[in-house]
Amino acid sequence: MFYREAGEFRTSYTDDGQTFPIAFDRWRYYAVLAIAFLVVPFVINDYWANAIFLPFLIYAIAAIGLNILTGYCGQVSLGTGGFMAVGAYACYKLMTGFPDINIFFHVIGAGFITAGVGVLFGLPSLRIKGFYLAVATLAAQFFLVWLFNRVPWFYNYSASGQISAPERTVFGLPVTGPATEPWAAYLFCLVFVVAVAWIARNLTRGSVGRKWMAIRDMDIAAEIIGVNPLTAKLTAFAVSSFFVGIAGALFFAVYLGAVEVGEAFGIQKSFLVLFMIIIGGLGSIFGSFAGAAFMVLMPVLLKNVLVGGLGWATDLAAHIEFLIVGGLIVTFLVAEPHGLAQLWRVAKEKLRLWPFPY
Amino acid sequence: MPDQLLFAAEVTLNGLMAGVLYALVALGFVLIYKASGIFNYAQGVMALFAALTLVGIMDGQVPFSHLINAIFGTEVHHFGWHVPAVAAILLTIVVMVVLAWAVNRFIFRHLVNQEPIILFMATIGLAYFLEGFGDLMWGSDIKKLDVGLPQGINLWIDETTYNAFGYGFFIDNLDIVATVIAALLVIGLVIFSQYTKQGRALRAVADDHQAALSVGISLNFIWVLVWSVAGFVALVAGIMWGAKSGVQFSLSLIALKALPVLMLGGFTSIPGAIVGGLIIGVGEKLFEFLIGPLVGGATENWFAYVLALLFLVFRPQGLFGEKIIERV
Repeated sequence: MFYREAGEFRTSYTDDGQTFPIAFDRWRYYAVLAIAFLVVPFVINDYWANAIFLPFLIYAIAAIGLNILTGYCGQVSLGTGGFMAVGAYACYKLMTGFPDINIFFHVIGAGFITAGVGVLFGLPSLRIKGFYLAVATLAAQFFLVWLFNRVPWFYNYSASGQISAPERTVFGLPVTGPATEPWAAYLFCLVFVVAVAWIARNLTRGSVGRKWMAIRDMDIAAEIIGVNPLTAKLTAFAVSSFFVGIAGALFFAVYLGAVEVGEAFGIQKSFLVLFMIIIGGLGSIFGSFAGAAFMVLMPVLLKNVLVGGLGWATDLAAHIEFLIVGGLIVTFLVAEPHGLAQLWRVAKEKLRLWPFPY
Repeated sequence: MPDQLLFAAEVTLNGLMAGVLYALVALGFVLIYKASGIFNYAQGVMALFAALTLVGIMDGQVPFSHLINAIFGTEVHHFGWHVPAVAAILLTIVVMVVLAWAVNRFIFRHLVNQEPIILFMATIGLAYFLEGFGDLMWGSDIKKLDVGLPQGINLWIDETTYNAFGYGFFIDNLDIVATVIAALLVIGLVIFSQYTKQGRALRAVADDHQAALSVGISLNFIWVLVWSVAGFVALVAGIMWGAKSGVQFSLSLIALKALPVLMLGGFTSIPGAIVGGLIIGVGEKLFEFLIGPLVGGATENWFAYVLALLFLVFRPQGLFGEKIIERV
């Protein structure tokens, strides 16, 4: 009814290969972008920005990053938290070291530094596979967090061991520091999210992405047909860490403002981002967004219902939250192991035929 | 002997003892991984859950008392009795068997033939669930676990070493007991898997699922069995760690410590888990003792992982793991 391909004639490869080949999809995508850029900034307030929009956008970047590594290239990583920490501390050092340069470039620089670290920790992936690799990435997680805790140079010898973001502006508007307007921070993150999603989408459908997927599906076979596993795996690590580093930089500079490394970038963060991509769907950009939205919204919702609605104690609500998150993850995996993205695909298939069954 | 060497020897001994405890947790991982190919992240939380249940039963706590109080506005906390340790341990074993059955019935039966990563995720979900469930059932405050194990410095070793070297070694009685129990547990497991019908069936399943099915072994039963055994191992680990440092959330984090042990020893090898545990235990204690002060301390957090990582680069299947043969 609403969702038809009839009457759409694609006459060139470019038409056929575009990201949204169906006109309805394309227009919906433009509409979402327009709302995100033109409507949300005007209605957003402090609570919505800090509780929902900023974490959602930042986690979406991290999830896209991890999805490239795990979902597209098949290398399971539990080091996301550590790489986010690299992004955050790189951003901090750049912000304090070069205060005259626009923060925009600091964030991107942080991404490149994280990419370098990611490649370094990605080197063992050439020898180690599967779960052994997942555990090996834990080495990155714990080592990096320890490093940022113990080496005072990283936190500029501050007494508390914390790093806190100084005020930086874009076009004269502060985007970090206490004076930030919620809509400015939101727009700043949104620009990165759109850019990252666009880059990721186009990388994954080009030759680089196809190489990643060949490695994921079977690395020996991929090697035989001419994919170089060294470059394929290391580019996946580099691109993934680049995005995760950007997410870490934004998480620190824009969202939290002040960070203590073990608390903000601990192993829990690695698992959280992994949850997002599995619930959202491995190997899907849309899935990264869906998973991030799910994992950000659900605790807020549960908290509002249990503490706000029923008036239970916070610690009790926290336990129930654990219970429900765990239960939901298991239920999701049992019902649909390929995540929200697969549900979305199935729903679209159904909608194309609706109201007729065939 | 010079002092430094004596200290190092003491540190090594303590490392061996700690390694035994790591190995206990790693053992649970290996059992499940061998029998079902599931990498059970929830093993640590199972240890926590078992310890919580044990303490709860011993103290006669009312399960879900916080929840009941919150809903009905009542003030119940304790039944007011104390269960003896042995009976409580038996009851906890029953709980762990029920848990094993439920896990298989409600989760893994539906996930047959899924990719390993999906199964792994399911166990992480299970870990979250159990953590919330355990806290909800028994409360999240730090509890003292006392099942009558000896604790404190072993005076005999202290005196003997003092007389021999002029410096008394500090070895905790509990660690010695843990070592003995771990040894007994491993011997028990070996006897079980070599000489009983169920044990042989379990090894058959570990070897080849389909061949085991075709000779009439019930996979469902074996999986419940192996999860129960893993639950029992988790209980033992929970008692040891709980007696050492109290029953609290951080108990579930020992699962993370068991991972490098597994990598070092190989995912599929029971002796590997023991040897790996000992290497990691000694290695991290010695490293912290010798190198730690030079780089700012607290190296125990990451040393095990980095050691395992470097080791794997040279031997990707671990010390005793099965050789990985890849075919196209």
